[in-house]
Order: sequence, then structure tokens, then C-alpha cells
Amino acid sequence: MTNSATMPQPVSLGRRLKRFMADRPLIPLIILLVILVLILQVLRPGIVNERWIANTAKFAIPLAILAGCQTMTMLTGGIDLSVGTVATMSAFIMATQIVNQDPTVAFILAMLPAVLIGLVNGVGVGVFRVHPLIMTLGTSLIGTGFLQVYQRTVIASGAKIPDFLNWLGTGLTYGFPNALFLFVPVAVLIVFTLNRTGFGRLLYAVGDNERAARLSGVRYWQVITALYVISSLLAGITGLLYIGLIKAPSLSLAEPLVLPSVAAAVIGGTSIFGGRGGYMGTIVGALILTVLTTLLTILHMPEGGRRILFGFMVLFVTAAYLRIIEDK
Amino acid sequence: MTTNELPNNTLLDATGVAKSYGAVSALRNASLSVLPGEVHALMGANGAGKSTLVKILTGAIRADAGRILIRGEARDVRSPAAARRAGLLPVYQEPALIPDLDVLSNLRLTGTPVEPFRAWVRELGIPNLDIRETARDIPLAVLRVLDLARALAVEPDVLLLDEMTAALPANLAEKVLEVVRRQGDGGRSVIFISHRFVEISALCDRATVLRDGATVGVVDIEPGVEEKIVEMMLGARIEKTSVAAARTASEAPMVKDSQPRLSVRNLQLGAKLHDVSFDLANGEVAGVVALEGQGQDELFAALAGSIRPAGGTIAVDGAPVKFFHPSDAIQAGLAYVPGDRTEALAMQRSVRENIALPFSAALRKWGPIKVRREHMVVSSAIARLQIDTRAQGEVQRLSGGNQQKVTIARWIAADARTILCFDPTRGIDVGTKQEIYKLLRELAGLGKSVLFYTSELEEVQRVCDRVIVIFGGRVVDTFPVELADEPALMRAAYGLPRGARADVGILADVRPASDAETTP
Repeated sequence: MTNSATMPQPVSLGRRLKRFMADRPLIPLIILLVILVLILQVLRPGIVNERWIANTAKFAIPLAILAGCQTMTMLTGGIDLSVGTVATMSAFIMATQIVNQDPTVAFILAMLPAVLIGLVNGVGVGVFRVHPLIMTLGTSLIGTGFLQVYQRTVIASGAKIPDFLNWLGTGLTYGFPNALFLFVPVAVLIVFTLNRTGFGRLLYAVGDNERAARLSGVRYWQVITALYVISSLLAGITGLLYIGLIKAPSLSLAEPLVLPSVAAAVIGGTSIFGGRGGYMGTIVGALILTVLTTLLTILHMPEGGRRILFGFMVLFVTAAYLRIIEDK
Repeated sequence: MTTNELPNNTLLDATGVAKSYGAVSALRNASLSVLPGEVHALMGANGAGKSTLVKILTGAIRADAGRILIRGEARDVRSPAAARRAGLLPVYQEPALIPDLDVLSNLRLTGTPVEPFRAWVRELGIPNLDIRETARDIPLAVLRVLDLARALAVEPDVLLLDEMTAALPANLAEKVLEVVRRQGDGGRSVIFISHRFVEISALCDRATVLRDGATVGVVDIEPGVEEKIVEMMLGARIEKTSVAAARTASEAPMVKDSQPRLSVRNLQLGAKLHDVSFDLANGEVAGVVALEGQGQDELFAALAGSIRPAGGTIAVDGAPVKFFHPSDAIQAGLAYVPGDRTEALAMQRSVRENIALPFSAALRKWGPIKVRREHMVVSSAIARLQIDTRAQGEVQRLSGGNQQKVTIARWIAADARTILCFDPTRGIDVGTKQEIYKLLRELAGLGKSVLFYTSELEEVQRVCDRVIVIFGGRVVDTFPVELADEPALMRAAYGLPRGARADVGILADVRPASDAETTP
């Protein structure tokens, strides 16, 4: 009864491929992105050109930064649903204050609510242990309310989009969108923070095992407060970029980006339970969602059908991706 | 190896079982056959694949290869429920009751009959269990006994016990062993995983030994078989560190007249600690011995800064300190290694990140990591503890012994001056235990101090210079290690005064001892 012959079994190609992907979770995502672009090209030959790429990048960047907020908060087992409101507030305040104020003053005024909301979120979650979902949903609603009150007071002064934000949001330099001037440093900073700084390491540690982090001397509230303030600041900056892209200040400007930003982080392989994930995947996730939106738009489907399909695609992609990278 | 006869009436027969996780193979070629009515020990060093084999047999995970016969029939145990139907029931090391439900609801959840369960609980030495109590509020040791009772109540053909007596106080352990023994007499079989030879020789009929994921032998348990099993388990002879040899290293640097490293005075904590006072010198390993739940958990938590004592003082190097957060204790050079590894490790992160975690904790250390320096410090800690780094990408893929080493390596890397070790050798293999004993002695030799709680009394003489015995939240005795043999410790742990002599071993009944005390 020796069946040791079965032991050195050659590993099948499928398994090897799976293991390869499990070790490099970015690769299946990039493959998916390429497939989506190819489908687009087949459905509408010639659509994929330099202009289309620049345009896709322009729309993907705000989503990717907000998804960065989600990635970082999700690493600690949290979520930041207030990013939409924060982005909208800073955009709206910027557009209305720039009319009568110096640009620097307008900028500071625009970022003020971001810092405040971030601080409140951080203290609520880190000190008072409110669940991040509820905490950020609450501050998001409060922020929207304040914005409505604020809107009445500035209704007479009107609004305009500063030239610089116009340039940043829609301008091109040698065919590259100017938004990359903002996005590349931000992305590098986030990736560096997550992988190579003490703070980044604490985000993973706190999300993985808060008790272990505590026993190692980590003060949870410090990490969480800093995290939500950073998340809010990023959201505020995204708001400024987004108003330069959309050019129409409204009270629900960035709201539609909130749930896609969560989806982008999840598609990118960040676990909502904390401790696992990274920003590179999130960036590709944001690109996938943006291309998917374009794809559904050119299909000339009614809005309802488009949403249904979008939802299914997100679920399918996430489920398939988790099956690929989780080597069990 | 006496399996050649292999009767056809085997209850459970597994052959050629293999399982790998990514590049790491946990099991290569394991086999196990259990006869009706026997208590069968499953042994192996940490990482040998015991837990994996058990999980496969009970349907918790699926094997990549192999054949499992139950009563001669090939069965595909694809889920815990299927294993249960086939008559295989495990009791794992971690308590399995759902913490937020009371005991009764937990029973209903698994369809366990209540009356037999109650009978077993009484049998196992817990006379007054409130079945309405929420599982979360029940002490760990009792939870494990309840798990066992729950398994016994459905009368499985094969019961799998994984380190059943680990972390159990002696009195409960004794009852458990008694019940397991009788289980075998009744024609049912038990697969018994344990590191304790005392239990195995008292209990088991045969043992299957695993090494590196393969079965290396099946032996009958007879007197003197221990050496043979250990040889099989380790593939090499294990050196028996005698008390003297282990301790000579630190005899020299012990300076008696210097200020104590840590001095605790009149520590008070609710109903758990009363008036606890002791000193810990530099270069000393002080053992703490106590039965389950005598306040030792609270003592360690207070010293680690996790909870605040209600009264009394703690002084480090003569200066009084107050801890509001574990980081205060770490600042004072007191590092806590909890008994439960899942409490100390970020399981999805790498070995390196886990070891380096305390480096980043302080606010001013949040900036860029000095990668090269960190790598140096971490590598030297890994080398020092000989951590198996084949699966270092995620700590959860390491074996229990290696995980425990990571929790200690963290504080070696951080160069903590005082290490508070809470039962660090719980449920890990003999080889790793030896390494940990050696390491603690080395630390003492370097002038560091160690407070070492252990639930295994024989460890005291291997590691400690002095023993502090706690009973009912009070320090009842402190004695030099020369006098701390197992009977003496056992007596002291039960709160009996020293003087009177009586033979009290792990398996002996304690009542005669208390009688002896009344008649000097």
C-alpha cells in the first residue's frame, strides 16, 4: 500500500497560472482592464485613441483618489462615506469664495470643512468607537445640511471656476491630462505611505488585529484620527479637481462618486475587513470602473438597464477576482 | 512499528493524505488507522501536520490527495457536517461555542441533546453550570470542558481531541483524562493529540507519529516508549536539559544586592488580586505558578499596562510608575507576550512586519522606515529564535510554535529589558519548548529579567531561578527553584502550606494531600 508515487505529481498548468496570479494580484486586474478596452474597440472600432485615453484618465483620476481614501480606511476595517460630501463642500466653497476672495484665502476656506469633518470622523471612530459606517454617514449628512445653509448666504454672489482648476481639470499638456500633475504625486505618496512608513504599517496592523497592535504599544485613536483627517483632506483636494472637470458647482457634485470609490477599492483587492490590500490595485480598479461606464454608455442602453448591468459586472468582477487571488 | 497485522475492522483508516498551501506542503503522505475501542495518540513536532490531518478528517478542509475509509467504506468527508454524520467529531484547541449565545442556544444550534450534555458536564467536574449563561462570560478552561461534553453527548464513534488538556487546571484535566479513558473502554475510539507524555502513557493504546507531513511510525504505548517517540518526532535525539545545566549560565551575573528591576507592592485589583507583592531582579527568571483563574491573568495585564490596578504600586528600577496604556509599560521596558498567539499577531501580515510592529508605534516613528536597519534587526531576531521562514509572507501560515517564536522575537528585536511571558509554551512541540527555555535563560544571562507564568509545572525547574505561587489572588509562597519540584509546586498552587509532605502528582488525587495537612 505504497502510494508515494502520487507525491511528486507535476503541477498542472492551470494551478501554476493560478499560483502565479495569487502571488501577483495586479496581473489579473490589468488583464481584465485590457479585455474591457478590447471589447470597446471591437464594438466601436477606432474609439480607442489618444483622445479617448486622455479622457478616460481625466474621469478616472478623481475616482481613484477618492478610492484611495477608501483603501486606507478599509485597511483599518473602516470606510469613509463622507468623502463625497467633503469633496462637494470644498468644491462649492471654492467656486463661491473665489468671486470675492484671494485664491489662497478661498483655498483655505475650502479645505477647512474637510479638516473639520475628518477630525470629527477620526475622534468619533478612534475615541468614541462609533462604527465608521455610521460615523461617516452622519457627518456626511451634517455636512450636506451645512452646505445648504451656506448656499443661501452666497446665492447673490454667484460662482465661478478658477482658471487654475479649469487647467488642472480639463487641460492637456502634450496630450497628457494636467490632472496627472496632481495625481502622480498623490498616488506615489499613498503607495509610499502604505508600504514604507510607520504610519502605513500601523494601518495594516490595526486593521488586522487591533489588540495585537495595542499590545505592541500602538495608540489606536492616534492612528485613526490621523487617518480620517488625511482621508478628508484628500477628498477635499479631489473636490477642487472635480469642479475643474465638471465645471458646474452643485450640492451633489461628488456624491455619485462615493459608492464607485468603495467598489474600486474592493475590485482592487482591498478587504473591507481590514489588514489586506493596497493602492496599486485600487488605481486599476478605478480605471476598470471608468472603462466599464464608457462601455455601457456606448451600448445605448436606457439608464436603468445600464445600472443593472453595471451592478452585475461589479459583483461578477469582484467575486471572480477573489477566487483567483485567494489560494485555498 | 506494529501495524503489519492491520485487522480489517478498523474504524477509521486514512492513507496517503496530502495537502499543500501554495508552495508549502503541510501534509505529504500521512496515514492513520484507528481500531474500535482504542485511544490513539497522534503525535508530532509543531508543523508536522497534526492539525492539518485532524482538519481533513473532520471535513474542515479538503485534502489534495489520499483515501479515507470509515468502517471499510470510502467516505468523502467534504464538510464538518458530513464528518459528523460519519461519526467523527472533533474538539479543537480553540473553544467552539458561539460567544454571544448562552450555552443552551449553543446546544440547540448543533442539535446536541441537553440531558446527556448536563450529565457529562457533571462527570467532567463542573457540578454547577448555569446552562443559561452566555458563553462569553465563561472562563476558557470551562469552555473547553463544555466543548468536550458537547461532543460526548452525541456519542461519536471517533472523538478527536486536539490538545484537550492544554490550559486546563490540574483538577479538570484529571477528570477529562478519566472520561477519555472510559470512552475507550466503551468500544468507542478517541484520537488524542497531546504533547504531554504523562497523559499519553496513562491513556493511550497506540500512537501514530508524524514528521514533516508524513507518518513515520505507529507504536504501541508501553513503558519506556517516550524516547522512541521523541526520536521519531524529531528525527534526531533530543537533549534533556537538566536543571543544573540550564541554569549555570546565569549564576554569575546575578547580583543580589542591586536594586530590583521590578518591584510590585500591595497590588490590588477588584476581587482578583489582593495585596500582591514581589520583586523581580535583573538577570532573573521568576516563575509564576497558579491554577487556572487565580488572578495571574490580571497580574500580567496590570504589569503590561492593559488594565489599571485599583491599588498598590509598581516600581521599575526603583521609580514608581503608572501605566495607562500598554505603550507606557513598553516605554518602561516591560514587554508582554500573551499566551494566546492570536492576541499578539497580525495574522495576515508578514513575519517581518509583525516583529517590527513596536518600532512604528510611537507618533514620532510614523515617518519613513529605515528599511536596511529594520531588516538587520529583524533578521537577527529571526536567526536568534530560528524561526522557520518558508511561509513568512503571512504569519497565519506558520505553525503554532513558529508563531509563538515570532511573538517573542518581536521583543528581542525591540530589546525589551523585562519580558512578561504568559504560558509561552502552551500547545507547542517539545523541540520548540526546549528552544524557548534556552532563550529565556540566555536573556537572563544578559541581565534581562523575565516573569514567566507556566501551566506546566515541570517547566519551572528547567527555566526559573525562583517561583512565586499565587492562589486566590494572593502570593501564597515564594521559594527557590531547588525546592520547586512538581509535588511541592502542586501543593503550593492549591494553597497548602509547605512543611507537610504528601505525594501529589499531576494525575494524583489532591484530597489526600489536604487531609495530610490537617494532621501534622
